[in-house]
Amino acid sequence: MSHQSELIATDILAYLEQHERKELLRFITCGSVDDGKSTLIGRLLYDSKMLYEDQLAQLETESKVHGTTGGGFDPALVTDGLKAEREQGITIDVAYRYFSTAKRKFIIADTPGHEQYTRNMATGASTADLAIILIDARYGVLTQTKRHSFIVSLLGIRHVVVAVNKMDLVGYSQDRFDEICRDYRNFVSRLDLPDLHFIPIVALHGENLVDPSENMPWYRGTTLMNFLETVYIGSDRNLEDFRLPIQMVNRPNLDFRGFCGTLASGIIRQGDPIMVLPSKRTSKIKRIVTQDGDLSEAFCSQSITLVLEDEVDCSRGDMIVRPGNVPKISNAFDATIVWMSSDALVPGKTYLFKHTTQTVSGQIDSLKYRVDVNSLHRTPAPVLQLNEIGRCSVTLSQPIYFDAYRRNRFTGSFIIIDRISNTTVGAGMISDRDSAKQPTAAWENTESQTVDGQQQISNVSETERESRFGQKAATVLFTGLNGTGKSTLARALERSLFEDGRAVAVLDGDLTRKGVNVDLGYSVEDLSENLRRSAHVAKLFNEHGLICLAAFVAPNQSVRERVAELIGKDRFLTIYCTAKESVRTTRGLSRAEPSAANNVSMYEPPEDPDMVLDTSDLSVAECVSAIVELLRARQVIR
Amino acid sequence: MNSYNLTHLKQLEAESIHIIREVASEFKNPVMLYSVGKDSAVMTHLALKAFYPAKPPFPFLHVDTTWKFKEMIAFRDNYVKNELGIELLVNINQEGLKLGIDPSENSDRHTEVMKTDSLKQALNQYGFDAAFGGARRDEEKSRAKERVFSFRDKFHRWDPKNQRPELWNLYNSRVNPGESIRVFPLSNWTELDVWQYIYLENIPIPELYFAKILPVVWRNGTWIHLNDDRLKLKPGEKIENKMIRFRTLGCYPLTGGVESAAATLPEIIQEMLLTTTSERQGRVIDKDGGGAGMELKKTQGYF
Repeated sequence: MSHQSELIATDILAYLEQHERKELLRFITCGSVDDGKSTLIGRLLYDSKMLYEDQLAQLETESKVHGTTGGGFDPALVTDGLKAEREQGITIDVAYRYFSTAKRKFIIADTPGHEQYTRNMATGASTADLAIILIDARYGVLTQTKRHSFIVSLLGIRHVVVAVNKMDLVGYSQDRFDEICRDYRNFVSRLDLPDLHFIPIVALHGENLVDPSENMPWYRGTTLMNFLETVYIGSDRNLEDFRLPIQMVNRPNLDFRGFCGTLASGIIRQGDPIMVLPSKRTSKIKRIVTQDGDLSEAFCSQSITLVLEDEVDCSRGDMIVRPGNVPKISNAFDATIVWMSSDALVPGKTYLFKHTTQTVSGQIDSLKYRVDVNSLHRTPAPVLQLNEIGRCSVTLSQPIYFDAYRRNRFTGSFIIIDRISNTTVGAGMISDRDSAKQPTAAWENTESQTVDGQQQISNVSETERESRFGQKAATVLFTGLNGTGKSTLARALERSLFEDGRAVAVLDGDLTRKGVNVDLGYSVEDLSENLRRSAHVAKLFNEHGLICLAAFVAPNQSVRERVAELIGKDRFLTIYCTAKESVRTTRGLSRAEPSAANNVSMYEPPEDPDMVLDTSDLSVAECVSAIVELLRARQVIR
Repeated sequence: MNSYNLTHLKQLEAESIHIIREVASEFKNPVMLYSVGKDSAVMTHLALKAFYPAKPPFPFLHVDTTWKFKEMIAFRDNYVKNELGIELLVNINQEGLKLGIDPSENSDRHTEVMKTDSLKQALNQYGFDAAFGGARRDEEKSRAKERVFSFRDKFHRWDPKNQRPELWNLYNSRVNPGESIRVFPLSNWTELDVWQYIYLENIPIPELYFAKILPVVWRNGTWIHLNDDRLKLKPGEKIENKMIRFRTLGCYPLTGGVESAAATLPEIIQEMLLTTTSERQGRVIDKDGGGAGMELKKTQGYF
């Protein structure tokens, strides 16, 4: 294992000193064998001289049998490739590989791109600082690229390197590289990936891995290895919120009582005031004990033992924090759950939840929606199957002390254990938002806001706007199931009114879900919240004199009434769109968007609509002129 | 690196201590499997750190095949038992001993009876529900996929196709009676990390790791040390005195030495970094059964 350092032979002590100061970087590689993932890992290990002669000799033999390079050295076989593993019946799973350079030690979580990808990728990603996403330059951004990126984002990995591989097969084309970067950026704008980098490579030949490629002079960025060695990861750790989940109490004799644990986040110093949860008793840090001597301060990820000034009760599962910076304490929260068992997640069933150092029984109360990892669409689902991801509300038998996963990877994560089989069946990430209670509260806030919302919001009066636009502001709600033509009608009416010189705006439920309501799903609560926010937008349009055409499923009568109240009943019109089921299904099928809105039983037809339009009988033009007549009759337009 | 970053060794140390404490807290009856080698030395050191100023709250278990280097036994008793005062359990498969298997003649059978069976015997006898081992993922292909908390059924079998997912630092320690977990706190350490840590922390290791002139014979492509008078010479073999050292320690007839002049830790590390063959190459047992040899042994309960 000759590391590429002259120092080893000439001055081993200097070499050792250099290597004492190395940092650890963990990364995950995402892609399939076909993208060259095994080749890339094989290359990194080979080029950093982490392969021994006997291993190489074995590889050369295998290259002749299984290799894809015509008998030459095939770096893909270093990681013994998915195919070889399948042939031998060895498990397809997360494998960890190790290599180091003069600057860093690296741990690669190598996960297969195909079967069981979600479970394995989530496992590998849970401890990774960085992800390498491999794209085959010939095929560009594929569905699997999207699902890998989504899981990377979900597990909170902040640094992503998109390695565009096989550049030799696209003639080292800069245009092709730029195109792939553009496509990728467009896609990930919907995800939370704050630090993105793109590197064009040829893994098989090692181009732009360790040494810059001579075939791509247009690329002036760093090589992959150089990037891995230098990317700054220090700021990823949370040094602000001191959290010490207690693992055990160390009490060798009556004179010593130490609380042991690994700092989940933050910094603590001798003399600092602390608070113990759940008792909320306070004390001060007397000593930070380690076998190497007491420390004056300790920080995130160190394993320490604390001695307190006072006799305070504290045991495994408790958490030591600062009195002025306390995590959330609750037995109920929302979380995104990755399901990892072939027995489906069943809401209402009792599971064990291991969070920091405590294991508590509890249940998933409701599954708000499931996320399709390929399309990122949200669908309502009764259960979560193996490898599925869903947003859930969780209730435990006793409170835990947690932060949102986005803020704190260690106090925001948990695993779910089946009580009978004892296996780990799921993993969860706690959300920022407690959406279970929010919609009602927000609606109620709204009412109080509208009461004192009488204050003048503009220097331009309503009458002035009316005479300028020659219209009265109003909101027309198109409600109905999917496939009843709501958006189509709204758009056609917009065109017609616009050509007639009216000031008009369309508010489309499908589109608001991509922007202002991107965080919402399809549970009853979320549908209600979706409407509440959209109603505020419609109201703003109206206050500025516009006619607002709103296309929403809006399945719930009471919610529609609240919308009407918020906007003002005198300028709110409801158009109920219907269509024969056969027509609706055909139309609905052409749309990828999933929805509770397809569910006939969940839709409550309006009790007193201003107009009902059966769009399977009437043409779009007929509908539009009918609505224009209605608007005239109501004196919205003249 | 700013002052709030840990070096890779300090990070590995902290993570291993976390694992060791989790086991001590969550299991009823854990044990640390102690093999006297360098990995066991690091694991012992980490266990001391994890519970300082107390002693590790669990016993150590050495599976003695009766063919270990005598220096290993001396080191074990002098250091772990006497100096550290740790509760040391030693298991010898007495039934197996009666079979009188010569490891030089039948290495497979010897390993199965005196090591694998003996380990299971001891685990059953004491009813341990967790057993620490010093294995590392970089040692061998099949280990790369092994969990830190690795589930064993009541027959001590590992099922590589049915492992529990392991995320963050949340380890699942739930087992039913009779089942157990093998815990590998050094999973993420490499051979270089282990040596470097031994050097930095000044951890005692058996002298066999340092080069010394010893009587040896050339057998199976490696130097076998005549550690006592039980090793029978085969036709054509002649005893030579060579300056050798051992990269791993096990049963002496099955553990080959390498010619070396490395007499200090930096020299050992230097030699390791410049060498071109992998650590386990000197071990005869890995080669049995072809490429998947170790995976097969592990599913049967070999550590």
